[in-house]
Amino acid sequence: MATGSLFKDEATEEKGERARMASFIGAMAIADLVKTTLGPKGMDKILQSTGRGHSVTVTNDGATILKSLHIDNPAAKVLVDISKVQDDEVGDGTTSVVVLAGELLREAEKLVNVKIHPMTIISGYRMAAECARNALLEKVVDNKLDAEKFKEDLMKIAMTTLSSKILSQDKEHFAKLAVDAVMRLKGSTNLESIQIIKKPGGALTDSFLDEGFILDKKIGVGQPKRIENAKILVANTAMDTDKVKIYGARVRVDSMAKVAEIEVAEKEKMREKVQKIINHGINCFVNRQLIYNFPEELFADAGVLAIEHADFDGIERLGLVTGGEIASTFDNPESVKLGHCKLIEEIMIGEDKLIHFSGVAMGQACTIVLRGASPHMLDEAERSLHDALCVLSQTVNDSRVLFGGGWPEMVMAKAVDELARKTPGKRSHAIEAFSRALIAIPTTIADNAGLDSAELIAQLRAEHHKEGSTAGIDVISGSVGDMSELGISEAFKVKQAVLLSATEAAEMILRVDEIITCAPRRREDRM
Amino acid sequence: MALAFDEFGRPFIIIREQEQKSRLRGLDAQKTNITAGKAVARILRTSLGPKGMDKILQSPDGDVTITNDGATILEQMDVDNQIAKLMVELSRSQDYEIGDGTTGVVVMAGALLEQAEKLLERGIHPIRIAEGYELASRIAFEHLERISHKFEFDGTNIEDLIQTCMTTLSSKIVNRCKRSMAEIAVKAVLAVADLERKDVNLDLIKVEGKVGGKLEDTELIYGILVDKDMSHPQMPKQIEDAKIAILTCPFEPPKPKTKHKVDIDSVEKFQTLREQEQKYFDDMVKKCKDVGATLVICQWGFDDEANHLLMHRNLPAVRWVGGVELELIAIATGGRIVPRFQELTPEKLGKAGLVREKAFGTTKDRMIYIEHCANSRAVTIFIRGGNKMMIEETKRSLHDALCVARNLIRNNSIVYGGGSAEISCSLAVEAAADKYPGVEQYAIRAFADALDAIPMALAENSGLQPIETLSAVKSQQIKENNPCCGIDCNDVGTNDMREQNVFETLIGKQQQILLSTQVVKMILKIDDVISPSEY
Repeated sequence: MATGSLFKDEATEEKGERARMASFIGAMAIADLVKTTLGPKGMDKILQSTGRGHSVTVTNDGATILKSLHIDNPAAKVLVDISKVQDDEVGDGTTSVVVLAGELLREAEKLVNVKIHPMTIISGYRMAAECARNALLEKVVDNKLDAEKFKEDLMKIAMTTLSSKILSQDKEHFAKLAVDAVMRLKGSTNLESIQIIKKPGGALTDSFLDEGFILDKKIGVGQPKRIENAKILVANTAMDTDKVKIYGARVRVDSMAKVAEIEVAEKEKMREKVQKIINHGINCFVNRQLIYNFPEELFADAGVLAIEHADFDGIERLGLVTGGEIASTFDNPESVKLGHCKLIEEIMIGEDKLIHFSGVAMGQACTIVLRGASPHMLDEAERSLHDALCVLSQTVNDSRVLFGGGWPEMVMAKAVDELARKTPGKRSHAIEAFSRALIAIPTTIADNAGLDSAELIAQLRAEHHKEGSTAGIDVISGSVGDMSELGISEAFKVKQAVLLSATEAAEMILRVDEIITCAPRRREDRM
Repeated sequence: MALAFDEFGRPFIIIREQEQKSRLRGLDAQKTNITAGKAVARILRTSLGPKGMDKILQSPDGDVTITNDGATILEQMDVDNQIAKLMVELSRSQDYEIGDGTTGVVVMAGALLEQAEKLLERGIHPIRIAEGYELASRIAFEHLERISHKFEFDGTNIEDLIQTCMTTLSSKIVNRCKRSMAEIAVKAVLAVADLERKDVNLDLIKVEGKVGGKLEDTELIYGILVDKDMSHPQMPKQIEDAKIAILTCPFEPPKPKTKHKVDIDSVEKFQTLREQEQKYFDDMVKKCKDVGATLVICQWGFDDEANHLLMHRNLPAVRWVGGVELELIAIATGGRIVPRFQELTPEKLGKAGLVREKAFGTTKDRMIYIEHCANSRAVTIFIRGGNKMMIEETKRSLHDALCVARNLIRNNSIVYGGGSAEISCSLAVEAAADKYPGVEQYAIRAFADALDAIPMALAENSGLQPIETLSAVKSQQIKENNPCCGIDCNDVGTNDMREQNVFETLIGKQQQILLSTQVVKMILKIDDVISPSEY
């Protein structure tokens, strides 16, 4: 009688086996959902939003799929969360991490059914994860010292990452784009300075990397369309009516004449400001805020190119590229650092006019222009390229590289299997289960490619029994192949993050023995 | 019987509209209350100990919390029952007072209620039971003092402190790296502790979390971490030997509190006003620069113009820093919080050896580290972890560990964990029971049985046979006269908690017993529950 009224109405409580089952099923459902997108022959998903317009997204990216789902199951939410974090931290492997966590839980469920305590499973998983990580650490290749080889590694990683995406047809082209862009960053992981501009039209292969900087803006009317040896002032200042910022100030007039006077004063003020800006000796002025017609005309008169309304990122990037500082006051022209570039011109991409800054002083930032048949295609291409860029920039910092195509999983599985044989006690079952979960990833890759996974995995396992094997699944020919010859590589950092977060998530879900759901907050129905 | 008649036979109403209220009286009321209390304790029972399980809690808004911490579970459980709310309060007060043992206290109270129910059935008056419990709790309290150990520690020998924190952490999800976590917690507490006054202000320890990385990357920073970036993207990212001006006034034109208007009615006024405005900004920046500040930390925002002027004068700045953080920065750097530019003087500046901005991951996440401060009394624990829930749980676990370390500094007595203290108390209470004449004897004995519930739950959660294990340990304690025998949860092979290094604080345990007895007494005294019925 009392338990019934312990919680508020509608709150539910699930205990023990039922709670565990609910979380297992939720987590596995999520894993199965994204499972088919894994690997180079993985399929895409269409996501339709519930918002106005029912806009459609076609994607292959695990994190994007999971982000758009409305999930009620708490365990499933944990998986969505790890996928998001994987996206933020390393950018790639968002699907793998969910699939691995799902497989770990699937194996754990079997063990729980044969009456092994979840805590025992957890301690086994922990040992196995540690062992798997060490196995990978032993096999990593680090080519940081050899610049030529390192670049080759990057190229391979980019191609591997891109091969599962829509860009796989032109992966070589895009891999080169991504590697070039990342190399320009010189070790920084700030991807903000790589700008991606999407312009529908043309083919994917028409996409290009521009050394300079492209600003998606138009040049004001009557101003020069082409400036050589430009001196650029990058600014963030109001160029409409310059408001008086002192609080409570207001204009009060008693006659029309006064209005006119004040108007003149205002204009004079603006003219002065423009003059001050021009006194910097510039021939190009880029402002974050709006530029009204009047100052624009003044700039045109002075032969200065004025660009208004560049967004904040654009301004920051421009400052970075041209080496100028972002100015808001203009009283001391001698101490403001101006940006420089060799040539500013208006260019056409497809139908649109863009402003192109080339020959910039500092080459940290660059622009990638994506072309493609439809906006959906471009969105997906951007996501894929973003993944590749993330992975590459992380690899530049941590240059350890592994082979791909299921090779790392097999290496880990082998090491974990050996550990299981050595470990006494119930934990060895859990360790064994861990190795099975690892093998599930190459199995899924093979399945998705429509290959005979059972046969292939068995062959692969036999190959790996030899010391120093480099065998993995060659999805193209549908057989076991040599990964070093095929040039399929992956970043160590990504694999490690996949392994650790998946284990962490599985552990978290396994530890649960009770789910208490509070009554949903009532929303005012305005229907 | 809420209806009475006066001498003229007219009824008068004692409880208005009583048909609409449900009412429970006497033994029924007590039994209902006890059932509710037990139900709450039953939920927490499985979370006890190093092999305890976690709970998923879904809030009304659909957010998910996964936790092992008793106080958090109860707080988020959204209970409706009044008695259950008392239990929630119980665990919360343990959390405020001690910080650890929030699960144990509820399990203990549940066990006491269970025993009380049996006594009630035998016709013992609830007040007598409550008195017996009170007597017994005093016996246990004193017994704990007797079996406690004191250990000495100073700035260098912190091993014992770490061991105690590890005991706390071993029941949480972070137990994978409990050693490093315990070290972080102990070092943090020692850094801010006032060993002479034996006091620790936990407010000086800031716990900051950021998703990403591994749990092992969690670090202790002798300084402050601010989740902000420099106000202008081109300001220097690293400042050595910084002199920090800590401001609570915005870099904006003044906004007097009194309502006022500035009327502009002529061109001259318009221009003077404009000039003044510019001068104002210039003045502000100049004042900061003049006193020798090399970094400005401001609670409010900056105007674009002021921002550029700061950048121009080579004065890096951080804006929108929260009030609490501002205070911490002031404490750490030895600076003063300055509310007005006019009051800025060189003495009021804080000093820090190194201020740097650090970027994380692939997104544009940046944080500012303020390190090597003049006064390193404020520290930050920076938690990294695979996902948000993990970080939240780590925060809670570290909070527990910090509290334990603090309690040890206040009072360096410990008892042994793993249920050994409870078993020992149970034996002592049992032995003392016979000396009391009267009905209380039964209650005291029941209290001893209730104390057994904690080691029993520990054994059960660890997958051991609860009754067998408990009786074996109990007889061992009597035979060897060793109060350190407990439940071997981790399957180490020894029952002696001294060898396993499982400690708990004395005040934590004592508080547990006192608080749970108090709540149970309160529940037992209720004999009438009047609640409005459903409408």
